[in-house]
Amino acid sequence: MSGTEELAIELERYELFEPCRYHFAVDRREFFKILGSGLVVLFLADDTSAQPAPADRRRGGQAPADINAWLHIGEDGAITVFTGKTEVGQNIRTSLTLAVAEELRVLPAAVKLVMADTELTPYDMGTFGSQTTPQMASRLHKTAAAAREALLDLAADHFKADRSSLQFADGKITNPASKESVTFGDLTKGQKLVKSVSGDGAETPAKDWKIAGTSLAKVNGRDFVTGKHKYTPDMVVQGMLHGQILRPSAFEATMDSFDPGAAAQMPRVTVVHDGDFVGVTAPDPLTAEHAINAIRAKWTTKPQPSSSELFDYLRKNARDGGGGGGESGRGGGGRGGGGNNSGSIEEGLAAASHKLQATYTIAYIAHTPLEPRAAVAQWEDGKLTVWTGTQRPFGVRSDLASTFGVAEENVRVIVPDTGSGYGGKHTGEAAIEAARLAKAAGKPVKLVWTRQEEFTWAYFRPAGLIDITSGVRDDGTITAWEFHNYNSGGSALACPYDVANQKCQTHSSSSPLRQGSYRALAATGNNFARESHIDDLAHAVKMDPLEFRLKNLKNSRLRDVLEAAADAFGWNKTKLADGHGIGLAVGTEKGSFLATCAEVLADKDSGTVKVLRAVTAFDCGAVVNPNHLKNQIEGAMVMGLGGALFEAIEFANGMITNPFMADYRVPRFSDLPKLEVVLVDRKDVASAGAGETPIIGIAPAVGNAIFAASNIRLRSMPMVPEGLRG
Amino acid sequence: MAKITQLHVNGNDAQIDAEGERTLLSVLRDDLNLTGPKYGCGEGRCGACTVLLEGAAVRSCQINIGSLGQRKVVTIEGLAPNGQLHPLQEAFLKHDAFQCGYCTCGMIMSGVSLLGKRKDPAEAEILRFMEGNVCRCGAYQRIVAAIKDAAKTIAGGGS
Repeated sequence: MSGTEELAIELERYELFEPCRYHFAVDRREFFKILGSGLVVLFLADDTSAQPAPADRRRGGQAPADINAWLHIGEDGAITVFTGKTEVGQNIRTSLTLAVAEELRVLPAAVKLVMADTELTPYDMGTFGSQTTPQMASRLHKTAAAAREALLDLAADHFKADRSSLQFADGKITNPASKESVTFGDLTKGQKLVKSVSGDGAETPAKDWKIAGTSLAKVNGRDFVTGKHKYTPDMVVQGMLHGQILRPSAFEATMDSFDPGAAAQMPRVTVVHDGDFVGVTAPDPLTAEHAINAIRAKWTTKPQPSSSELFDYLRKNARDGGGGGGESGRGGGGRGGGGNNSGSIEEGLAAASHKLQATYTIAYIAHTPLEPRAAVAQWEDGKLTVWTGTQRPFGVRSDLASTFGVAEENVRVIVPDTGSGYGGKHTGEAAIEAARLAKAAGKPVKLVWTRQEEFTWAYFRPAGLIDITSGVRDDGTITAWEFHNYNSGGSALACPYDVANQKCQTHSSSSPLRQGSYRALAATGNNFARESHIDDLAHAVKMDPLEFRLKNLKNSRLRDVLEAAADAFGWNKTKLADGHGIGLAVGTEKGSFLATCAEVLADKDSGTVKVLRAVTAFDCGAVVNPNHLKNQIEGAMVMGLGGALFEAIEFANGMITNPFMADYRVPRFSDLPKLEVVLVDRKDVASAGAGETPIIGIAPAVGNAIFAASNIRLRSMPMVPEGLRG
Repeated sequence: MAKITQLHVNGNDAQIDAEGERTLLSVLRDDLNLTGPKYGCGEGRCGACTVLLEGAAVRSCQINIGSLGQRKVVTIEGLAPNGQLHPLQEAFLKHDAFQCGYCTCGMIMSGVSLLGKRKDPAEAEILRFMEGNVCRCGAYQRIVAAIKDAAKTIAGGGS
């Protein structure tokens, strides 16, 4: 990745981040061919995040405008918005609808979003990094505001009136002088008008929002409660077959011998053998399973590290400084190199009354999206269409085009609203496999990964090892803070406390497992280590953890959420029963700020840890949809409990040893604490994305509560996979 | 195992032609295009495939069609046949009790089964009964609220 491409967000580490070769430059007439006459407003992106790498732009100063989104208002007044973003449960179909409805002063039901279809929507790098709200929502506000302005111009012509005298409300424009109204359709009829907008426009400031900022329910919610919505595994294409893949016996195994066995004779079964790729197609999934089981292959495996030696391995293979690219194929290493450095650690430690040193470990965990990786692939006249659940439809299109040697314009990737991703669906493995099978079978093929495949052949949240050295004066001032992260990455690496002497660094290492993005990336582990350690510092100087944090925090947004969470929780306000403990943690990442308080029951005798309640106060700027934001924060606390308490991928000899739901425990109803969310709505601050950051507070808050309850300090995520041990 | 030619699903006798060893989940989805029940784990551990069998919640990925006989299967598609949503479906919408929605059909079918047994389930009962259904997005608190709300609606005479 070149330096000029560096973004404010942490890009995926393990993926091949190949620049897109194809630039979306639709001929203006194309819009109207697809959608009929009317008004089109294009958003022309002027930053790198929405675009392919600068180096790859078309040469000769002829670079087409990089269209990032567009909006069409048809002759019937229908409002259609096109964006390459994907809906994976974060409810952006709803939040982006709010943005457009706000600016066009219409009911949300009047707005339709077309998302994540490489043939219909403009190029988008992908849906990750909490960028949809700060970037795409902001752009759609601008785009729809420009459409509103264009409609006002048309209305001024129509009424032969001064545009400033017109009223724009309820989906129509009224001339108060004549009391006449026109609808959008009246104005766009017969028009082929193209406008464009970049930069700032006439968008409505958050303090004046009337539609955005309200709790709109999921826009297509009814389709989800009736089973009508079709996820990728639900897609049916005429004549479709079902596929299965033969997986190697271990990671990095190579094939020695291959014998199709009885599969070769099975009626209507096709066996596909291409290098180390082996798969079958069959008329139904059970026949495909029988066929794949009949194939005999021998593999050569090589020795590989196991989970029992993971953290020694990460330390032993650490590379100072590291780099952004990581190790090819496995995505080893986080972004290496510097964090924030100031002052002198030596001097800071010399000034300390207490010095602490501790090591924290973060296990690999699996995203476990309930919808496994899946794809339906269809070849027609050399053109490939693939439906698949991915967070990077354009990246998958590039992968398919290069894998099969076809031009990108002959590949179409469509992402139905998907059964979650959490950062785990940035790749297109299932799409490539289904397309390979479909090519061989000469028919469309559906491939749905089994849960075991999902647990084994997807990628994991990076494991990490974190060393912290710190010093604190008796008055509670932190004097030194040295933080080293090995392998898991640099998100939320910086220490948000005001410490004069600090050094925070990441170190790349070799990852035994394939690793990649996960909701909030390394921020969860980094924040767990930091906030657990801060708690130890507070106890070292016998200060209340809340008071200690407030003493060392200047950031007003962090102080605000901390006080809001402590208030709502009733920090230190109630007497706790035996075995109960409370803990808190703060954190900031990707422009959001949070504090989480938790109460646990920790029973040393039985080893049971039960999180009884948790409160998170959250500030992500202007709140777009309060109810959906609360839903995200509640969900993140629940998901975060898994990684905090019991989720861990175990492995040995190049295989995952717990690749089943029966063996890999995810949070269930019985793990549910009483959850409360406090939103700190900042209308004066641009909205940040909020799907990720709410997950980073729960693990340290719970760990600190366990310490308060039991005097046992747990420094490994997960903390109690086999219960509390003294 | 012998071929099965008929399944009683959503109030009708559906004609099929499938090996008896195939799972109910696969036949519903792949032969009858009833895709409300989802594949999530194939182990009966996530609940995404939940349907009603004679009114009781079952994991359709764990049932071979050869074992069903004439027993009545109801999928989410059969819950609101005339477009009139079941109170629990309405409650899921009201509480936004989902995010990605992939677990939702299974959650609702489990919840409907519970509400068929218990008119006014206590919270602990709900948690225990729903334990086999996973919502990876973590909307559990909203799902519990939706079940309680639907129980009230039903008790109040809602359909």
